[in-house]
Amino acid sequence: MKTNEVPQDKGNYKNRDQSRKVVYATDEKGEYTTVNSDGWEVEHLATIQAWDQAKLELEEVLDGIRKGALSPLAYFMKKNLMDTGILARHVGKWGWQVKRHLKAKVFAGLPESMLQRYATTFNITVADIRNFNPDTAEKH
Amino acid sequence: MHAHCESGATTNLLRHYGVPMTEPLAFGIGAGLFFSHIPFIKVNGVPGTSYRSYPGTIFKTLMKSLHIDYTMQQFGSNEAKGKAALDQLLDQGIPVGMLSGIFYLTYMPEAYRFQFNAHNLVAYGRKEDGTYLISDPTLEGLHEIAPEDMQKARFAKGFPEPKGKLYYITDVPKQLDMEEAIKKGIKKNIWLYTSPPIGIFGNKAIHTLARRIKTYPDKLTDRQAVLYVGNIIRMQEEIGTGGGGFRFLYAAFLQEAAEILGKPELKEFSQRMTAIGDQWRNFAYSAARICKARKSDLVSYNDLSDMLHKIGHDELRLFNELKKVNL
Repeated sequence: MKTNEVPQDKGNYKNRDQSRKVVYATDEKGEYTTVNSDGWEVEHLATIQAWDQAKLELEEVLDGIRKGALSPLAYFMKKNLMDTGILARHVGKWGWQVKRHLKAKVFAGLPESMLQRYATTFNITVADIRNFNPDTAEKH
Repeated sequence: MHAHCESGATTNLLRHYGVPMTEPLAFGIGAGLFFSHIPFIKVNGVPGTSYRSYPGTIFKTLMKSLHIDYTMQQFGSNEAKGKAALDQLLDQGIPVGMLSGIFYLTYMPEAYRFQFNAHNLVAYGRKEDGTYLISDPTLEGLHEIAPEDMQKARFAKGFPEPKGKLYYITDVPKQLDMEEAIKKGIKKNIWLYTSPPIGIFGNKAIHTLARRIKTYPDKLTDRQAVLYVGNIIRMQEEIGTGGGGFRFLYAAFLQEAAEILGKPELKEFSQRMTAIGDQWRNFAYSAARICKARKSDLVSYNDLSDMLHKIGHDELRLFNELKKVNL
């Protein structure tokens, strides 16, 4: 890639436009140099697509909570962009155990101490989990 | 500012001790160029793809090749011990490189803040209230982060797990044999890239991805297929690679190596690597068109597969011929 071919496409999403990145490219003599770039539409497209997926999954989870199938833990997991594997490592449980805790029925019987571990992981209080309201929840 | 976090962090640490280092040299001596595609390690349901060697190896390889003494530590889950070690070093005025999870780096634009745990940064001090002063190789300017956020980033969970990993330079010899280190770096990278016998690492992994990408339309839902492809683009272009999945950065290294070693033939290899980087860019561009269209009407998954096979062949030929150069 030549220096004059380095894309300068601004990405207007989630503060992406506040940062530039370094791209390596060759100048008119064929020598390598660096160019500060606002970004590339190709890269923006892929990143925005990943966020859209995260938004979609969050909506699905909120739906599940409204229907009484999922627990608030499922929301906080998705809000923190985690999967059950990552969350399990945080709270010191197995993935399948965390998966059970995401079910509303199992969640209802969880001890305070377990909820506290989740709260610490999500940087919130146990009350935030207990009083969770899917209709006022923050989105991505 | 640098393109890539680990080679950038390594460069920053070395410059602090007066070592004339550039990011391409750090990346090349550290043998950073690689490819891996691991279908069965999934993050958020998407298989892992990487264009570089395993986190930490660039720094380690470079330090060993230049005979620079360093310390690299991990702390398991002992977060208090990890913090004490960092604070003690900073209070002595020693800049410290760290592995971290981007999700918790509050100074980063939100767009980047996914659960991605292979980000390197340098802390160079801390304020009286405990706030850390950060030089992030992939961002312009200097940054600050609250101690509790730094802790979360250092002890992020998932794959890989930083476990508080930190690294710093302890002693730099007066004489550095840069030429020898460059030769070692090239040889190591040739070996690293060409030798892995299983199809998830090195050159073979490109062909593995090429074979698998062809099956995406049949085996995955439209949505999944697009996410899989999108993730490859992101690993190649979004996360500080200098463009073309580190291939331009490596080409820049080969150019510098040609001058330092007085081997003009390496300049030709640099140009060839640039052309390969351009092929990767074209691949990303075509992949993005698929993502945008959601249906494979413009460029098909078969076309993407062909592009990858060609890149794989070209890269292998380049490294095999590089092996024959009398360094």
